[in-house]
Amino acid sequence: MDFLNGITLIANYIIIPGLTYGSQLALGALGITIIYSVLRFSNFAHGEFMSFGAMSAILLSWLFISLGITLHPIPTAIMVLPIAIVLTISYCLIVDKFIFKFYRKQNSKSVINLIVSIGVMFFTGGLIRFIIGPGDRNFFDGERFILKARTFKNITGLNEGLTLKTTQGITIILSLLLVILLFWFLNKTKTGKSMRAYSDNKELALLSGINPEKVVLITWIITGTLACVAGTLYGLDKSYKPFTYLHLVLPIFSAAIVGGVGNPVGAIIGGFVIAFSELIITFAYKKIFFYFLPINLVPEGLSQILSTDYKIAISFLILVLVLLIKPTGIYKGKVI
Amino acid sequence: MTNASRIKIFYILMTITLLFVGFFQSWNVALTIFNLCLISSIMTLGINIQWGNAGIVNFGVMGFAALGGLANIIISMPPTQNAWEAGGEIIIVGLMIFTLAIIFSIILFKKSNLNKRIKYLISFAFIISAYFIMRHLVDTPIEKIEAIEPAKTGYLGGFNLPVLLSWPVGALLAAFSAFIIGKISLGLRSDYLAIATLGISEIIIYFLKNEDWLSRGVKNVNGLPRPVPYEIELQSKEWVLKVSNYLDTPITELSSIIVKLSYSLLFCAVLLIVLFLLEVAVKSPWGRMMRAIRDNEVSANAMGKNIKQRHLQVFIIGSAIVGLAGAMLTTLDGQFTPVSYQPLRYTFLIWIMVIVGGSGNNFGSIIGGFLIWFFWVQSEPLGLWFISQITAHISDTNIIKSHLLENAAHIRLMFMGMILLITLRFAPKGLIPEVKR
Repeated sequence: MDFLNGITLIANYIIIPGLTYGSQLALGALGITIIYSVLRFSNFAHGEFMSFGAMSAILLSWLFISLGITLHPIPTAIMVLPIAIVLTISYCLIVDKFIFKFYRKQNSKSVINLIVSIGVMFFTGGLIRFIIGPGDRNFFDGERFILKARTFKNITGLNEGLTLKTTQGITIILSLLLVILLFWFLNKTKTGKSMRAYSDNKELALLSGINPEKVVLITWIITGTLACVAGTLYGLDKSYKPFTYLHLVLPIFSAAIVGGVGNPVGAIIGGFVIAFSELIITFAYKKIFFYFLPINLVPEGLSQILSTDYKIAISFLILVLVLLIKPTGIYKGKVI
Repeated sequence: MTNASRIKIFYILMTITLLFVGFFQSWNVALTIFNLCLISSIMTLGINIQWGNAGIVNFGVMGFAALGGLANIIISMPPTQNAWEAGGEIIIVGLMIFTLAIIFSIILFKKSNLNKRIKYLISFAFIISAYFIMRHLVDTPIEKIEAIEPAKTGYLGGFNLPVLLSWPVGALLAAFSAFIIGKISLGLRSDYLAIATLGISEIIIYFLKNEDWLSRGVKNVNGLPRPVPYEIELQSKEWVLKVSNYLDTPITELSSIIVKLSYSLLFCAVLLIVLFLLEVAVKSPWGRMMRAIRDNEVSANAMGKNIKQRHLQVFIIGSAIVGLAGAMLTTLDGQFTPVSYQPLRYTFLIWIMVIVGGSGNNFGSIIGGFLIWFFWVQSEPLGLWFISQITAHISDTNIIKSHLLENAAHIRLMFMGMILLITLRFAPKGLIPEVKR
């Protein structure tokens, strides 16, 4: 019994939150990795693109709720996601047309592009705060839990409860679907293959008749979709506050670099590595020891490796360690 | 237009603008803006020597500025009674054990010729065990220290020395951490370096936010000593009264103007010294070598220049200047608030200043610092004015209008983004371009 209780505890506090946060990071890191491998720069504005996607979803869900169109158990924000994705993609394309295209034509250095993306970040951040305000927005509606702690306890008769929030379930399923779709697109379709060719060797791809503008267009469509979904899921799960997305950029970059920049599989693995290490390092193991160890061996303190205040700092720490030990990341970078 | 005339024009314009604010808003506001402009300029000079002259992307401005601020606490605050008895020494011993473990692993990596995996394994085990030993030693004293009057102190305090000393100490603190950070990350490609420095600066801020025994964390340290007299003291001085009668200004306003002016004089002196030293450095053979490395690393390497060492050198110098400015900023504020260190306000804004002013030109950096800070402060009222102008014909009860007016302040982020993008597009060399030598 103690053993099962311990397992439930781990599932409830580490596995489910880790899978959720990891999926959100993985989606974000995929966006950064794809921009990096095709357009060759680190896009600091990605967090704000995610924020833009979440904002569109919020505004649209308000509109639909006021019209009375909802799908009850599912949050309205998920229902309006396709429209929000279209909005985000349009915004990305507009930004590309007026800003990034110029530097692409000039073959600017990647550092210049990076600084340009900071300008875009400032502008987008200001635009978002101007439209929706800097405050906290909770836009979750619909059914809160798929599995409640009490129901779980009643069914199994264990001491520890297991909860699965709707947002967590949706995040995991939606991310899985999106990733499968993305890999199918990159590996099986002709457009996806041309994209990979372009990122692998630009000159050779141009010589064999691949249209660069089309590749860039597809890249932004994929990035916009990923950014919008990741942003909305993150906003649904926590709550939407414009400035948190600026702070989210760094864990996402860490995820992309840990996995190996430019490699989609790496981005996903990196996301989960970051998410799980944040949780594992800041978890208070006292209760787990209580279940697994004989009672006289249970330590007195909380048995925490690092206090929870350092949660986000861990992702930077891992980033620094990876850059020190293996700068190419887990998977070698630059193969889309 | 030559650079010299550009410099003249922009400096005169900036002076006129500040005088304009002084005459039409108030001298207090003008001097507040001026003081922060001076500090921003010094920070910008620090980043400019790294980016403009050596091509190093340092996104860790925020961390170095915060370390400079920490120097204020360590130098100028009085030591907390009983805190050292409660185990201050033990904390230092604990930290030293951890540092020694790290130094040992570095030596292991450099000197021994064991298998790489074994090296990783040994140093990992060593650092982890050192960490737990440190935690075991340190946890109780930290709890004790933080329990000493937590509402007022609850931290170690400082050495009770004159606050001006904290400026060079802040620079040294930043330089020391720049040495470590540089050793870790300077070998990386430029955009990795940007992300790594940004990440490390966030770690520094998290440390300052959560280690209450050192910096009181989110409880802030208030009432730092000042290098200039307090307003109240001034108001009782005879000469201030006389000047107040002569100028026909209320004495409260005059005293705060005098305080701000004395800060301005101090900051101006620092700015001029830093500027002089940097100009000498940039014009010397050393500066020429830095530019040679920036423009072509391979050929500079072939000429026998030690690129890693030079990069580390310039990284330390620039970061020290940022630390100096950070210390000055905290002295001006009179308090240390770790929460206020945001990458948007410190790191990225300073970068906009460098780019807009003109990367590679020290005089450009100064004007960039002045101009961008001025816009950053004034774009809030400007945004409000702009919105109220375009919504002037809409009735006041309209929801959209009130919403727009409410959020008008956030236009300044858009403003900053636009300034940066326009500069990069139409004047990529900045307002005052680098001098061709």
